[in-house]
Order: sequence, then structure tokens, then C-alpha cells
Amino acid sequence: MLDWWLPENVSTYGQEIDWLFHLIYYITGVTFVLVFVTMLAFIVMYRDRPGRRAKYTHGNTTLEIVWTVVPALILVILTILSVPAWSRIKMTMPETDFEVQVTAKQFNWQVIYPGADGKFGTADDKMLLDEMHVPVNKVVRVILKSQDVIHSFFVPQFRMKQDAVPGREIRQWFEATKPGRYEWPCAELCGFGHSGMRGWIYVHTPDEYGKWAAENLTAQAAPAAAPAEEPKPAAAEPKKEGKAKK
Amino acid sequence: MSATSATAHAHVDHGHHELGFVRTYIFSTDHKMIARQFLFMGLLMMVLGGLLALVVRWQLAWPETAVPGLSGILKETGGILEPSTYNMAFTMHATIMIFFVIMPILAGSFGNFCIPLMIGARDMAFPFLNMLSFWVTASAGVIMLSGFFVEGGHAAAGWTSYAPLSAVPAYTGVNWGQNIWCISLFTMGVGSMMGSINYITTIINMRAPGMRLFRMPLVVWSLFITAILLLLALPVLTSGVAMLLFDRTLGTSWFKPSGGGEPLLWQHLFWYFGHPEVYILILPAMGIASEILPVFCRKPIFGYHAMAFSMIGIAFLSWIVYGHHMFVSGMSPALGMAFTVTTMIIAVPSAIKTFNWLGTMWGARMQFTVPMLNTLAFVSMFVIGGLSGIFMASTPVDIYIQDTYFIVAHIHYVVFGGSIFGAFAAIYYWFPKMFGRMTNPLLGHLHFWPTFIFFNLTFFPMHIIGVGGQMRRIYNPMQYEFLQHQQHWNVFITVSAFCLGLGQLFFVVNFFWSLFAGKKAPMNPWNANTLEWTAPSPPPHLNWGPTLPTVYRGPYEYSSPESKEDFLPQSTPPVGAGGARRH
Repeated sequence: MLDWWLPENVSTYGQEIDWLFHLIYYITGVTFVLVFVTMLAFIVMYRDRPGRRAKYTHGNTTLEIVWTVVPALILVILTILSVPAWSRIKMTMPETDFEVQVTAKQFNWQVIYPGADGKFGTADDKMLLDEMHVPVNKVVRVILKSQDVIHSFFVPQFRMKQDAVPGREIRQWFEATKPGRYEWPCAELCGFGHSGMRGWIYVHTPDEYGKWAAENLTAQAAPAAAPAEEPKPAAAEPKKEGKAKK
Repeated sequence: MSATSATAHAHVDHGHHELGFVRTYIFSTDHKMIARQFLFMGLLMMVLGGLLALVVRWQLAWPETAVPGLSGILKETGGILEPSTYNMAFTMHATIMIFFVIMPILAGSFGNFCIPLMIGARDMAFPFLNMLSFWVTASAGVIMLSGFFVEGGHAAAGWTSYAPLSAVPAYTGVNWGQNIWCISLFTMGVGSMMGSINYITTIINMRAPGMRLFRMPLVVWSLFITAILLLLALPVLTSGVAMLLFDRTLGTSWFKPSGGGEPLLWQHLFWYFGHPEVYILILPAMGIASEILPVFCRKPIFGYHAMAFSMIGIAFLSWIVYGHHMFVSGMSPALGMAFTVTTMIIAVPSAIKTFNWLGTMWGARMQFTVPMLNTLAFVSMFVIGGLSGIFMASTPVDIYIQDTYFIVAHIHYVVFGGSIFGAFAAIYYWFPKMFGRMTNPLLGHLHFWPTFIFFNLTFFPMHIIGVGGQMRRIYNPMQYEFLQHQQHWNVFITVSAFCLGLGQLFFVVNFFWSLFAGKKAPMNPWNANTLEWTAPSPPPHLNWGPTLPTVYRGPYEYSSPESKEDFLPQSTPPVGAGGARRH
């Protein structure tokens, strides 16, 4: 049964999204049942039988007002409930010192960490291909860019989606609540390789993350950074995949 | 009656002798012939659009296996779809279905057929422009088809053709295919503009005596509003595709950031057209349902004015909701908030319509003819499509379900469950008037039931896999770990889709059999009130004899106490006012 539903949620704002989803699900579900039961009842009750004449009526103003106002009220309430969540997810940016750059390209996610100096655009930046490592319960700010076409950063378990638009820098955030390895597909058609363009986001406990960062981001940063930047992530990738799968 | 009809026939015969074959059947200026031409064009394209959908479905259920029947076309791969071919297939499925199936059938064919006949006009205001409109649209269809034969294949950037994917040939590997897509839609836009000007002018100026605006049948109202939307929305797409073509061929940079362009500009232009477009596809079907429901309920439509005003409301609102396609596009989130409000509001007129349809069924005397079954299917499927839209209207929920199969399910409930069932209802309902012969009811039922059942079995599970996270437009769901557990749904959907396709064979048989061997249709087979049923079946050139009908009342006076029968045609003079019936 659980197979039929939303994937497990592991982000802070995912709960709000799921709550709204379920609310709308119940409202529309009840409406659906009411409308269909009424319709089926009418179909049975008012089928053509000899000797009966249909009611001659052109409508009823009270009813018109009722079925304009009631749906309008429900929709206003839904709007009022949706807007604050939207504002928290997309319009505000929680304070954080954890920032990564993601530059999408056909057909990879290029994840750039600032390296030991904490600044982007310096020689010790670290680039990973199709994988991102973040600590759990930590707000992660993503600076999303694209170098060719539009891609879309989608992490189903985080309930997060944002298009990456070439020529723009879009700031997004998420906070994962459970360690694990989460699939990270591209959700916007981006060419013949669109299907299969995906990465993995590894959510670590703080200790594990510290260990990973020490090994991969800060340690031997100075000697290896500049020349080995391109081949390194490619070589590291299969090892990481294998390790995570165990 | 016999005298006027004899003169009418004499006039018609006279006209036909003068016109000859080419002017009667090919370059005809008669709105009814143009309506038939649009219908044939739409149905023919529907075969292609449907087959493309089945190709897409095959790949999703059994990825990278040879598609039956394609080994002859895809020789290099032995019938296996490559990702680029797959992208082309779903791009062209949507492009064809939207621009060359639903628009020609609903707006083109039934717009042409119904407007003059139902308002009591002899033809469109500009018959020559009308003919031109069909032939320009048909040329656009031929141009679109030619794209399948160019090197690099047809357009493969989705029917939405988001730039810069669509603006730079290297990004898709498609060169002339995308150019042809632009040229074809540009041409189609020109043709549609000619049609919409004609519809608006005709409705405003050529109504029969007594046909006040609020005595017009609701289908005419819906086509009137559709024509206004077409007139104002299509030119935006037309200029958009021209700009896209210039980016691709002349080196301009409207949408390319490398030259200072803005990719989101394309989305704004596209959806500024695209959202009214959705209503262009559904409004005529709403009108058709509002027309057919009273006839087979034998009851006036519930809330005529509410129905007309809700359509006007939808039309106005449809301009200011388009941003809900772009919630996560990078558009300002503050703007997204504003679009949520308008999107929630636009659900209200749709709810009003649904409740009025239910009100029409209340206390009715329902006759379950084939057009009525298709109309009931329209109403019920539109309810599902409308309700699933509310999920997307809520911006936070949309973050998750945007670009998943949930939206694919939603659009198909609206456009197939809505527009196509509306189109089937219209075809079965007006076939007797259009071609002078009745369709076969048994074949009609054999077509309706599998279509209704397999439609739901095909598209309902798409909500489920969408909630599970399956993205639209992916080539192979099995490439994703989080989607593998629901692959059985993809198989189920594909099997249902093939059954849905097979069910359409009954329609093809019924259509052609009835066309040539169907029972001759009487003048008013459904005992309906509107004016087209006072003209012979099929109506002659110029529709009526020397006198045009005069309108005395609204279109839905069924079971009125004024009349012993359960219907009272619009053109029947009131008892005591005009004496004997004139027809």
C-alpha cells in the first residue's frame, strides 16, 4: 500500500508540503464522492420512464449563490494555507554557513564546494560530478546555475524542485532530517540524455560528514586542487557508488 | 413547409450546378463543407497522434525493446526507440493532438458548423476568408508532417519547446525539425486568426431576427468566447515561434543567454498563449455539453445566465493565471504567490458549471443516447480533471508534483476526458445534420464503453505514479531506483492505452459505415429546439429557404407547459401570437 503514495519525506519543509497535499486530497476526495454519488443517483432516479415529464425549471438563484460562495471559500482557505508555506520555502532564506554551488549541464550536476578557504572561485574549489554530500539537520544553501539549457533540481524525498536557468543564479535551500542516500533526478526535459541525468545526495551524520569533508574537501587540497580537478570526481564516482550500496 | 423547402432545394440545385466539383468539395466557401473538411483533417491527424502516444507508452512499459511495427521505420535500431526518437514521439504527440486534432475539430469544425446554423445565418460573415482559414491550417498540417522526413528528425524539445533547448540546434541535435515546427505553428496561427475574426463578426452581426445574445445556445456562447481567446492568444504564440525561428536561423538572441537573451521570456510568451489555449480546448466542449445535456434531459439548462457568465469569467481569468505553469521556473516567487490567488479563483467558474450541469440532471427525464453518454463522460471526467488541478494551484504542493505524471494525468483528464469526449459527443449529436445520416447506436455503445473504461484505466494510475514521483518526459523509468517499484503501473497503463486505441476502431467503422450506409436522418432526430434542426439534413447551400427563421424564445424550452410536446423550438411562434406555425 505504501508503494502507492508519496515517497518518504526527509526534509523540514517536506512536512508542510505533505500536510497540504493530504488536506487537498481529502477536500477533493470528499467533493469527488459527493458529486459522483449525486450524479449516479440522478442518472438512476431520473432515467427516462414512460408517463413522466421532466421538471420545468430554469435554475435557482439561491443555489447559484451557494455553489459559488462555498467553493470560493474553500479555495480562499486553501490559498491562505498555501501562501505562508510557499513563502517559507521559496521566499525566505534561513541563516546558514553551508553553501554549495550546483551548475547543471547536459547531462550532469556539477557540485562545487568552496574548499578550505570557504570561498567560491578560488583555486581550492572542489568539484564533484553527480554527487553532493551534506550533513543532516543543517540548512544547505544551493546556488543553482546552468551552463547550457534549463534543468530542474528535483529531490523527491526532500520535496524540493527548482529549475536551473542559464544566465541566472537561483538561491535555494533545504534541510535534510535523516541520513541516507537520495536520488537526485533532473525534472525538466534537457535533451536526449535527460532521462538518466541524475545524481545522489548523501546526507551524513555530523561526524561522518566531518570525516568525509576532511578526506575530500580540505585535506591535500592545496597540492591536488588545480591540476586534478577534472579527473578526480570522475575517478571517485564509481568508488562512492559502490561504497554507498555496500 | 413543403413549398418553402421546394424553393430552397431549387435554389440549392441551381447553386451546385454553377459551382462544380472543386468549388463544392475542395475550395468551398460553404461553412458546412469547411466544417466537414476540418473534421476529416482532425480525425486523420488523431490517428497519427494516437499512434505516437502508443509508441511512447510502449517504451515506458517495456523500455528499449523493439516497438511492434516500427522495425520497418527505425531500421538502424530494429524498432527500438532511441532517446532522441522517444523525445520526438512525445513532442509530436502533444503538438499534433493540441494544434491539429482538438483545435480543428472543436473550434474549426463545430465552430464552422454550429455558428451560422444555430444563430440563423446563411453562412459566415466572410466566406472566402473562411475557406482560406481552412487551407492555411491544412497547409500548416502538411508542413508539420514534413518534419518527420528531414534529417535529424522532427522537433524533440517537448510541445512547450522551452528555450534555450529549442533555440540552439546543438542542444537537441534537431535542426530542421524544430524550424519546421516553428514555421508550421506560425502558419497555423495565421489560419486560426482568420477563423476567429470570422466567428466573432458572424456572431455579432448575423444573428436571425429575435436571436438576442441571451437567447443564443450555450455552444455558440462558448465558441464566441473561444474565438475571442483565439484572436488575442494565438498571435502571442505566433510571434513567439517567429522569434524562436530567428534565434535558430538568423542569429538573434531573444532566448539565448549567451547573446544577452532571456530563456524565461519564451516561457512567459508561451504560457501567456498556453493557458488561454487550455480554455480554447475545453470551452467548446463545455458548450457542447451544455447543449446536449438539456436535449437528452428533456429539461431547460439549469442557470443559463450563470453558464454564460461563468464562461466569460473563465475567459477573463485565463489571462492572469498563466504563471502557474512557472512556479518553479525561476520566476519571482512573489509573482508565483499572485498567480496562486488567481488560479484558485478560476476554479470557481468551473465549479459553477459543474453544479449547473448537475442541476440540469435533477428532475430530468434522461435518455441515454450515444451523444448523451459521451456528454455524461465529459462532465464526470472534467470533474476529476478540475479537482486534480487544485493540487497544482497550491504552490507548495506544486513544487513536488510539477513535471511529474500527476500533471500528465491532469492534462489528459481535461483534454481527453474533457475535450475529446466533448468532440465525440458533438460528432454523434450533429452527425445526422452534418451528413444527413444517423450513426449506428450499437456501434456507438461499443465505442463509448471501452473508451470510457480504458480511458480511466490509462490515465487514473498516472496520478499514482506521479505522486510516487515519476517525472514526465523521461525515456526509461527503470533508470531510477526510486521509480522501479512502480514499474508495474507503467505496464498496466500501456496495456490499457492499447485497449483504448483498439476501442477507437468501432468509431472508425461507425463513422464510415454511417457516412455511406447509415439510416437517412430526419430533420430533427433528437427533438431539439435550436435552429439548425429546422434546416434539412444536411442543410443545403445557404441553409434555409427564402425566409430565415425568426427566434421567439431561448434555446432550452424543454418540457415547457406552453407546449404539449416536451420540446418547443426557438422558431415556433408563441400560441396566440402568430397563429399557425410558419414552418
